[in-house]
Amino acid sequence: MNKNVKFGLIIAVILGTLGWLAAGGINQTASYYKEIAELERLGPDGVDKRLRVGGDVELNSITREGRDVHFVLVQEKDGVKRRLNVIYNGIDPLPDTFKDNAPCQALVDGKLGSDHVFHATKLQAKCASKYEAKPVAPVTRG
Amino acid sequence: MENIGALAILLAFCFAVYAIIGSLVGKWARRPFLALSAQRAVYSVWALLTSAVGILLYSLIKGDFRMAYVWATSNHTMPTPYKVAAWWGGQEGSLLLWSWLLSTYAAVIVFQNRRRFRDMMPYVVSVLMFTQTFFLILNGFVASPFKMIAAGRGIVDIGDGQGLNPLLQYWTMVIHPPMLYLGYVGFIAPFAFAIASLATKQPGDEWIKTTRRWTLVTWMFQTTGVLLGMGWAYAVLGWGGYWGWDPVENASLLPWITATAFLHSVMMQEKKGMMKVWNMVLVSSTFFLCIFGTFLTRSGIVQSVHAFSEGPIGKYFVGFLAIGIAGTVYLILNRLEYLKSESQMESVLSRESSFMFNNLILLAGCFAVLWGTLFPVITEAIMGEKISVDKPFFNRVNIPIGMFLLLLTGVGPLIAWRRSSFESLKRAFLWPAVSGVFVSAALFALGIRSFYALMSFGLCAFVLVTVAIEFFKGAKAISGKSGRNLLVSMFELTHRNTRRYGGYLVHVGIVILFVGFTGAAFNKDTTVELPQGGSMTLGAYTLHVVGFEEGENANYSWGRPKIAVTKNGEELPMMMPEQRFYFASQTPTHDIALRRRLNEDLYINYAGPGANNSNVILQVYVNPLVSWVWIGYWVVLFGTIICLIPSKTKLVFPRTEVVGMASKHAGKPTQVGTNENES
Repeated sequence: MNKNVKFGLIIAVILGTLGWLAAGGINQTASYYKEIAELERLGPDGVDKRLRVGGDVELNSITREGRDVHFVLVQEKDGVKRRLNVIYNGIDPLPDTFKDNAPCQALVDGKLGSDHVFHATKLQAKCASKYEAKPVAPVTRG
Repeated sequence: MENIGALAILLAFCFAVYAIIGSLVGKWARRPFLALSAQRAVYSVWALLTSAVGILLYSLIKGDFRMAYVWATSNHTMPTPYKVAAWWGGQEGSLLLWSWLLSTYAAVIVFQNRRRFRDMMPYVVSVLMFTQTFFLILNGFVASPFKMIAAGRGIVDIGDGQGLNPLLQYWTMVIHPPMLYLGYVGFIAPFAFAIASLATKQPGDEWIKTTRRWTLVTWMFQTTGVLLGMGWAYAVLGWGGYWGWDPVENASLLPWITATAFLHSVMMQEKKGMMKVWNMVLVSSTFFLCIFGTFLTRSGIVQSVHAFSEGPIGKYFVGFLAIGIAGTVYLILNRLEYLKSESQMESVLSRESSFMFNNLILLAGCFAVLWGTLFPVITEAIMGEKISVDKPFFNRVNIPIGMFLLLLTGVGPLIAWRRSSFESLKRAFLWPAVSGVFVSAALFALGIRSFYALMSFGLCAFVLVTVAIEFFKGAKAISGKSGRNLLVSMFELTHRNTRRYGGYLVHVGIVILFVGFTGAAFNKDTTVELPQGGSMTLGAYTLHVVGFEEGENANYSWGRPKIAVTKNGEELPMMMPEQRFYFASQTPTHDIALRRRLNEDLYINYAGPGANNSNVILQVYVNPLVSWVWIGYWVVLFGTIICLIPSKTKLVFPRTEVVGMASKHAGKPTQVGTNENES
């Protein structure tokens, strides 16, 4: 066999395999960023999708029930305030930055239940520092 | 004070611009003195930036809280090392660190080559100073560390600052950013020389020889930086792992991957005059990925837990990257005829092709990581919908890539240049392959069923045996000739060709790292809420909450459950994970309790009090083999340092020589025992 053909074949096999793995990985873990307004319009086909929603944590809305944490996310768009009930029951404990006694934003990852409650398995939070209005927390890793 | 600092940055900016113009005009108009004055300007930039840094450090240590940066990252109660670390604890300061390191490197490069490369240096200087100018624009006009909170009159003093983010008040975090930056910034040296050799149409590979050490040293710093980051994440963040494929982590990994590919493919150019365009592409990509990494962590374009705040800074980086990449691509295309390959790939079974596959795989890995990191940005641009991918995606793609690389680590160094017969392959790889299969089979018999883990351990054994055979064969030849014992001969062997045998040691280190990574296949974890006196079991360990302590010092208050631990009934020392609450920044952090052992770590995080205040929430992890990750790093470091020591014997091979397996029979090299020293 011509050596260029050989090289071509091997390269194609390697890249093909990796491409196939990557495509599978994307399907397996893809999660879609949505706004709360979009969630409300989402039909029944949205129920099984992994979704990611961001918003402000409503003041004093965090309550605990056993290992579940309930809270409300708020998003304001075009002058309309929309609320989303969230239940967090992920493996990781809540981040230290997740509070409801100060302006705080959260990004949750999970699925929307048919009852329109968002069941989050992951949660990231970012809070305005105590002294400043805008978030400038210099959390750095290089 | 602060005015002097700001002025120093402004002056440095002027000098940097002068250095670009001076060296280019000096070169084109053939005025060597102008080019020389541009080199002097490089020293001035360094001196000015050093004074700016000195002023910033003085303000941080003294606590001049009128300055916004000092106020945001320092306070009275922090220990002094952390006040110094506050230099790179925030956006403005860490950009100044970038800038200062760049100017230091530039000064060293100019000094080292003050009597060499007369024709290339003006271009080297202009590349260095072009980048410097960019960072000085950021330091001076966009993110100045010398901004005052109290710009107006009247306010003379501000009592105390917010203090460094508590998560960063940890020793690895003190040295992690400088290390990583030393690596990031240092890659400008090979890049600048590469561009200069393109600009001056020098077809040779002088730039590679000149920058080989630079490349290796900066690679070493990058490796150190990445590993320190992992060590920090493991010991401080409290989630039981060291790598989460977070965008910021990925940003630090990307240039490391291309740098590793570059380290390997330059050998092809040195030995065979091949892959010249490729090397140009690699060195440029590495440099731009370094810049890109800095951009990614600061622009807020991807969601990350530990990114800097969002700001206007992103668009400056985009501009710089666009100009830089466009210029580089143009130069490479324009000079293609000078980058022609001197020989061709001859066979799929050859050293050349193993290098090529190593590069292909590394680049594929780099691309996959980049793709995954930027997936939300890409999908938003194409489909109008932000979609993100997660850990499983990265693992799924990168684990097979890692396996293949591990295989090549064993195969590459033993396979002959040009072409190899199945016969010689059989001879070289019989024992390594047998040991690999044996290890996998033994582990399978012991009950391990994870496919990748079996494969990984098998390959680790394969690579270790190939390296051992190499050392043994070489040492035996020396000891047979000189009559010295095998161990002394091994030292002698390594000393004769430090680059080759140092490289083997680095490979051993990588194998050990992989052993550590593979341990993750057997991780166990659980989160429990326990009352006082309650207990739980994970793996061989039983945890028993026996008490609770709390207290405070000037910097923070703390609470910690006392946990009695038994392993298979045997009592171990008490473990006390701690939750802290820092007063100045009003944030809690966790100080985990960790029992490190070579076989497995027991890792306990106290997440906080439970629903009723007397309960404690504990996260418990059993992580097998993690310690080998850190051990592997030390071996990699040791091997890299060996590579940097000059070889005792200089062997010069003409390019087209037949070497490797075939050379044995040609009976050519004069040095006994070093007849395979071609790599």
